[in-house]
Amino acid sequence: MAVKLPTVGGTPPAGRDVTTHRVVDNSVEIVSDSGEGAQKCGQIFGAVSAKMGNGVWTVEIIPAEVEPPPRSPAGASGIRIRLGAEEVTNWGDETNVVVAFNEQALVGRHRLNALADDATILIENMWADHPDEGIRAQWAEAMEELSTRSYRIVEVPMEEQCLTLVDNPRRGKNMFALGMLAWIYDRDLERCRDQIAHAFRTKSPEVTERSHALLELGYRWASENLDFRYDIPTATESEDMVVMNGNEAVALGAVAAGLELAAMYPITPATSVSHMLGDIFERFGGIVHQAEDEIAAAGVAIGASYAGKCAFTITSGPGMALKTEFIGLAIMTEIPLVVIDVQRGGPSTGLPTKVEQSDLLAAIFGQPGDAPHVVVAPATIEECFHVMTTARRIAEALRTVVIVLSDANLATGVAPYSRPALSAEWQSHAPDQRPIPEGLRPYDWDEATGISRRFIPGQPGGEHTVTGLAHDEGSKVAYDSAVNERASTMRSRKLAAFQSTLLPPPVNGDTRGDLLVVGWGSTKGAIEEAVERARDEGLRVSSLHLTFLSPLPPGLKDIFAGFRKVMTVEINYSDRPGDPFITELNRRRGQLSWLLRASTLVDIDCWTRVLGEPLRPGKILEAIRQHMPDGDTP
Amino acid sequence: MITESCGLLHAAHEDDRIFDMVDYQGPVARWCSGCGDHSVLAATQRLLTEKQLPPESTVFVSGIGCSSRFPHYMKTYGFHGIHGRALTIATGVKLTRPELDVFVVMGDGDCISIGAGHWVHAVRYNVNMVALLLDNEIYGLTKKQTSPTTPQGYRSNTQPRGSYLPAMNPLEATLGFTNASFVAQTAEWVPAHLFATLKAAYEHDGFAFVRILQRCPHFTADIFGDAVKKPELVEILDGPGGIRVESLDAIYKERIEHDAGDIHRARELAQDSDAIRLGLFFRDESRPRYEETRAPVKHTAREKMAILEEEFERYAV
Repeated sequence: MAVKLPTVGGTPPAGRDVTTHRVVDNSVEIVSDSGEGAQKCGQIFGAVSAKMGNGVWTVEIIPAEVEPPPRSPAGASGIRIRLGAEEVTNWGDETNVVVAFNEQALVGRHRLNALADDATILIENMWADHPDEGIRAQWAEAMEELSTRSYRIVEVPMEEQCLTLVDNPRRGKNMFALGMLAWIYDRDLERCRDQIAHAFRTKSPEVTERSHALLELGYRWASENLDFRYDIPTATESEDMVVMNGNEAVALGAVAAGLELAAMYPITPATSVSHMLGDIFERFGGIVHQAEDEIAAAGVAIGASYAGKCAFTITSGPGMALKTEFIGLAIMTEIPLVVIDVQRGGPSTGLPTKVEQSDLLAAIFGQPGDAPHVVVAPATIEECFHVMTTARRIAEALRTVVIVLSDANLATGVAPYSRPALSAEWQSHAPDQRPIPEGLRPYDWDEATGISRRFIPGQPGGEHTVTGLAHDEGSKVAYDSAVNERASTMRSRKLAAFQSTLLPPPVNGDTRGDLLVVGWGSTKGAIEEAVERARDEGLRVSSLHLTFLSPLPPGLKDIFAGFRKVMTVEINYSDRPGDPFITELNRRRGQLSWLLRASTLVDIDCWTRVLGEPLRPGKILEAIRQHMPDGDTP
Repeated sequence: MITESCGLLHAAHEDDRIFDMVDYQGPVARWCSGCGDHSVLAATQRLLTEKQLPPESTVFVSGIGCSSRFPHYMKTYGFHGIHGRALTIATGVKLTRPELDVFVVMGDGDCISIGAGHWVHAVRYNVNMVALLLDNEIYGLTKKQTSPTTPQGYRSNTQPRGSYLPAMNPLEATLGFTNASFVAQTAEWVPAHLFATLKAAYEHDGFAFVRILQRCPHFTADIFGDAVKKPELVEILDGPGGIRVESLDAIYKERIEHDAGDIHRARELAQDSDAIRLGLFFRDESRPRYEETRAPVKHTAREKMAILEEEFERYAV
C-alpha cells in the first residue's frame, strides 16, 4: 500500500526518524474515565479502518456505572480495536498501542494484563505536574508500577493542546486522540471527517466542526512529535461489506425477518437492540413496546404472537429468569415466540456489562416442567443478523419458543461482514384469516412431527381457548394421564423432527486427531485462531462449533470418535482439576461440557474462564497445549 | 346517559349472520353452585348477543383462579394464561390487532396481588378493552387464603386469626392511576346493573375497569350476605354520564348524585371502603390511548426491503 502524505500538518522535524512497522495484526486501546468519549473515538477509528479494507474487531470496555469515580482503575472505560490485514474474528490477546486519558485507567488495564509487554502507551501528561499533590503522588506510584514492564510510555500534552481550540477539553480530547491514531495508522482523513459527521449527525453542526478541528490538531501533533507508525496491509475486498455491532445486527435482522413487535424492558447489555429499533422500527410498521417489566414484555410478545403477528422479546440473564413462566406458557400453548438473551455475567446482577456464556443450561432446561424448545447461538456479528430470520421461521414452523443466545461480546463488538442480499421472502404475511374447516382441532398433532395447524383469532370456526393447563387436541383441559403423556410426547417430538433436518456440524481442521475443541456462541473466532496457531506448532487439534444447542445437531458422537480427547472451551464457570477440594465426581463443569457428556456419554473435558472479558486466543492456545492427551498419536 | 337496552339485535354484519346467545355459550361451567361467576358469564353472553360480536373476532383473556376459567365457557377465542399476567397478553393482542374485541377476566388475587404491576400500567396504557375484576375477596381455587381485598379481621387458612391489614381498595387505587378513563363498580347479585355496566364498559373507548363484587358460596358467602338481602345497604351512583338502570329504581332507593366526569368526587366516593356503591365512578374518553399512539404504518414486503437497504447504507463499508 502506498504511504500517503499527511494532508495537514507537516513532515517530521529534521533529525527525527519515523519508523513505520509493517504488521498484519495490531491492537489499540483508548481508555479514559467514563464520559470522556473513548468509545466514540474507537468506534469511528474502527469504522474508518473497516472502510479502508482492514479486518476489524472492536470491544468496548464498559464500567457498570454511568459515572464511576474518576481516575480509578476500576472505572476504566474504553475500547479495544484490533486491526488485521485479513478478517479479524475476535478481540485478540494483548494491546500494542494504548491511548490513556489518565494513568489510573491505564493502571486498571495493566493490572488485567491487557497490555503487551512491549506496548506503546500515549498518556495524557497533565496529571504529572497537577496542582493537587495527591494526584501527583498517584501519577508517580502508577509510573513506578508500570515500570515493572517494558512498556514504552510517551507523554502527550493532550489537555494543553486541546485548550488551544476548546474551553472544555473533557469534551473533545477523544477527537484529538482519534487524530493521533489517524496519523499513526495512516488513516484517510477524509473518511475520518465523514465518519465524525455521521457519528454526530444528531448534534449541532458546531460539534462536528469542533471535532474536525480537534482531529486535525491531533493528527498534526502526532506527525510533528511521534516517531513510530504502523502500516497494516489491506485486503482487497470485492464484496460489499457493512460494519456494525451484534446488537445492531440483531435489530436489522429482526426487521429483515419480518418481525413486527419487539417487547422489552431495559437491561444491559441487551437494550441497545431496542435503541436501534426505537430509531428505525416504526419506519417499517414495527412496534417497540417498552413494557412495565420483563414479565410483561414476554406477555405482550406472546399476546401479539397469539394474535398472529410475529413478535419477539429481548433481554439478558435476570430478565430471562423473570420470563421463565411465560416461556413455559408459550411452549405449552404452542405459540411461536422468539426470545433474545444477550448474556452477561451472572448469577443475579452479576457483571452487567461483561461477557459470559452462563445461560446455556438455564435457556435449555430452565423452565419448570418439561418444556421442549429450540436454543440457537449466533457465533458472529453476521450470524446475529441472519439468526433472526432463522429463529422466526423455526418458531412458526414448530409452534414453539426459540431462544437466541447472543452475549455481551457480540452485542458491543463491531466488525464488518458481507452485506446481506435481502429477500422480500423473509417478510411475514398478514395473519391467516381464512375459515377453519369443520372437524379440525387446534392441536391436531402430526404423529411424525408433533406439528399442528395454528388457529389465529379472526378465523371463523377456529374458536377455542388456549390454556397453560394440560389439554387435549381440542385444547380442552384434561387431567387424565394418557392425554398428558401424549401431549408431552407431541411437544417433544417437534424437536426430534427438527433435529432430523439439521446437518452434522463441519469440523474445522482434520476430522481425526488428538484433540477436538468444541465451542458455541461468540468464542468461535478466538477458538479457531487458537486452533490454527496450535496446528502451526504441529499439534493435531481441530475444532467444532455448535450453532444449535437444543436440539443438538446429529452426528456428534461420530465426530468425537475421530479424536483421542474432546474438550469444550467456554466463558462460564467450571471447577479446575487440580484444585484440592475438587474430585472427578464433585467437579462442576462447563455448561456445554455437561450437555455433551449427558447426550453422548463421551468423557468430555472443559476449559472455561469467567474473567469478565472475551477469551483471548493466546490463552486458549495455552489451554490446548495443557490438554493435549499424553502419549503418542496412534 | 346510557340506558338499559331491551336486548334487540341491532348490530349488522357484512355476512348477515345473526348470533343467538347459544352461539357464545361454551361447555357447562364448572364453578360451584351459587358462585357469582355464573352471573357474570350470563351477563357477558347477553352483551355479546346484543352487540352481535362475531365469535371469531372476540377474545377473552384470563389469568389463573376460579374466575379465570371464564374463557373456557365462552365459544369465542380465549386465552387462559398464567397467574396475574392476563393484562399483558391482552395488551399484546389489542396492540397488534386493534380490530379484535378484547375482554380480560381477572380475580382479586390475579389483578390486585400478583399482577398488580400490570394493573397499574394497563390503566395508564388505556388500551381499548374491557377489564373485569371478579372480586370475591378471597382466594377460592386454592381454598381460602387471604387476598388483598379480604376484609380486615376476616379469617382464612393463611391468616386464621383474621386478616392483619385493612383490605386494599381497588377502586380508590385505580382512580389514582394516571390516565384512568373508565372506573365502575357493580355486583353479581344485581344482574340488571351488572349488564348495564358491562355494556357501558364495552362501549367505552379506552380501558374500562369494572370491579364486580361477588360472593364465593364456599368461603365468603357472608361478606356480601347482608347487602344481597337488604337493598338499603347498597348505594347507586346516579347522575350525568352515569349508568342508569330504571328497573332498579323501585328496589334500590339509596342514591348518590354523581357526575361521572368529576374525578375528585369519584375519588372521594371510592374512599369509603365500607360502603357498597354501584355505578360509574369516572369516565373520560379524551384520555390518550396507547394503541392509537403506536398505530403502525403499513408497507408491502418490497417497500420494507427498500427501506432496509437504506438503513444498511448507513453501515456500508
